[in-house]
Amino acid sequence: MGRKILLDKINIPGIKTYEVYRQNGGYASVEKALKMEPDAITEEVKTSGLRGRGGAGFPVGLKWSFIDKKSGNPRHLVCNADESEPGTFKDRYLMEYIPHLLIEGMIVSSFALGANLSYIYIRGEYMWVFKTLERAIKEAYAAGWLGKNIKGTGYDLDLHVHCGGGAYICGEETALIESLEGKRGNPRIKPPFPAVKGLWQNPTVVNNVESIASVPWIVLNSGEEYSKIGLGRSTGTKLFSVSGHVKKPGVYEIEMGMTVEEFMNSDEYCGGMIDDRPLKGLIPGGSSVPILPNNLIFKTANGEDRLMTYESLSDGGFATGSSLGSGGFIVYNDTACIVRNTWNFSRFYHHESCGQCSPCREGTGWMEKVLWRIENGEGRMEDIDLLWDIQSKIEGNTICPLGDAAAWPVAAAIRHFRDEFEYHIRFPERIKNRDHFTNEPFEKVKHLLKS
Amino acid sequence: MEKTNYKQDINITPELMARINELISHYPEGKQKSALLPVLHEVQDAHDNWLSLELQTKVAEILNIKPIEVFEVTTFYTMFNQKPMGKYMLEFCSTSCCAINKAEDMMDYACEKLNIKPGQITADGMFSVVGVQCLGACGYAPMLQLGDFYHEHLTKEKIDLLIDDCKAGKITLHDK
Repeated sequence: MGRKILLDKINIPGIKTYEVYRQNGGYASVEKALKMEPDAITEEVKTSGLRGRGGAGFPVGLKWSFIDKKSGNPRHLVCNADESEPGTFKDRYLMEYIPHLLIEGMIVSSFALGANLSYIYIRGEYMWVFKTLERAIKEAYAAGWLGKNIKGTGYDLDLHVHCGGGAYICGEETALIESLEGKRGNPRIKPPFPAVKGLWQNPTVVNNVESIASVPWIVLNSGEEYSKIGLGRSTGTKLFSVSGHVKKPGVYEIEMGMTVEEFMNSDEYCGGMIDDRPLKGLIPGGSSVPILPNNLIFKTANGEDRLMTYESLSDGGFATGSSLGSGGFIVYNDTACIVRNTWNFSRFYHHESCGQCSPCREGTGWMEKVLWRIENGEGRMEDIDLLWDIQSKIEGNTICPLGDAAAWPVAAAIRHFRDEFEYHIRFPERIKNRDHFTNEPFEKVKHLLKS
Repeated sequence: MEKTNYKQDINITPELMARINELISHYPEGKQKSALLPVLHEVQDAHDNWLSLELQTKVAEILNIKPIEVFEVTTFYTMFNQKPMGKYMLEFCSTSCCAINKAEDMMDYACEKLNIKPGQITADGMFSVVGVQCLGACGYAPMLQLGDFYHEHLTKEKIDLLIDDCKAGKITLHDK
């Protein structure tokens, strides 16, 4: 379970630089790949079972196979390094400390797709990482891994890093493409999919940083070897960004299949809860996925161990499960106020809605306002059903998944913590007089609802 | 009423122009509009951290696109400032993981210390404090962004030190 293939070299002093990275076996996958048939690389990635690490979990090899090679138009690979899902900071860690791994993956993946011009789209706030990547790309050009006729093979590739301007929506692949074209990040209607008409209307594949960084290992060790890591259809290792009320927040690479309990409590990973306080809720895959209440975290509704896999985290659907998402693992203890936290997320989605679709533009704002009044002791009992109604009318009714992402956290909070909303509404004077940071655990006041 | 007609000195130095041309060269011929976001960051960094309409029009001229194509972008993305901000803009993340780690307290503390409200500038033009949405540092909360860099695991003592360092000119804002 302790196997690492992405962060295994991260502690080598100087691994950020080209020389040290190369001395430690860096760019070997490019040497191997450039002697292979491009389609054979795609086949290896298909065999590996690697699933997109940005959040949707779509098989990477399959996505590559959709790229339009018949039109004869130039093809592009764009790496999605926008990483703006609250709770997620794994890609930043990888790019900051081992930038050449991503560049190596970009070269091999671009070669497989027949792309001669590729980009890494990084969020504008990660400006120092943007500069780190720019320097690493310059080193790779100087060493002959980028540019014309790479290592005498006749393959040309230009790779550049592009920065965003502060907009969550640009993590959605078609919004990202719009942004890369120098426009507002408004998602496009699909179809056509980017694999047919993407960047500048050319066939384009957009992949997450972690997905692309996994490709060099697959090329060197074969897709079959990769598929042996992990469990079932959750092959390989996965980076988890851990935050919230645990002793050891940070980025961890694990082989998928470990139990959630072990990940949460072992000293090697999260290290248990801060001050050993009770666990109240877990968001396993970034702010968009449903929060799990404490009785559904270590065990599924069927009483089986909850595992760190795509399947197990989503076991029970949204009724009793959640989703692995981006691996943004946010842990809350008993002092966290679910209403306040849900309001906080709704404020985020309202702020980040691009405004194209009315259900999302208006609905996220309504949810934020209704949640704010409940959180401030001014709510009405019918507000809970009103929130449920609004979220249900956003979900599935928008061009891109931001609407769903805004609806799911609200739905899950009401589904699992309805009594906490009721408490806010029934006891406004208690709500108005509390301190948010030394919040009285809800468990201790819950009995008041029976009165 | 809030003042809106701010003046800005526009100075596209040869160094800045060389950097802009380098960025434009990253995109195919005729696709220079793609360089807009990276160029706006560079231009803003070189112009006291904000972009007046005149400056935005100048960027449009350089990229050979219509001014409206720049305006619609600068009004969409949060990192482009439409009015003057402090030289040192302290941007506090306020989303969930930071919020449960007392981000609000930290921002209040900085505001109190500098005697301003969020969004305002100190009288000497040195500082602003702004609350922003998730910056991807959730495991290192609470945090703030200053220029190109993050300052994480914030405490009141760290904020004191940071503000002192800014005043003493010891803080590098941009990784050039």
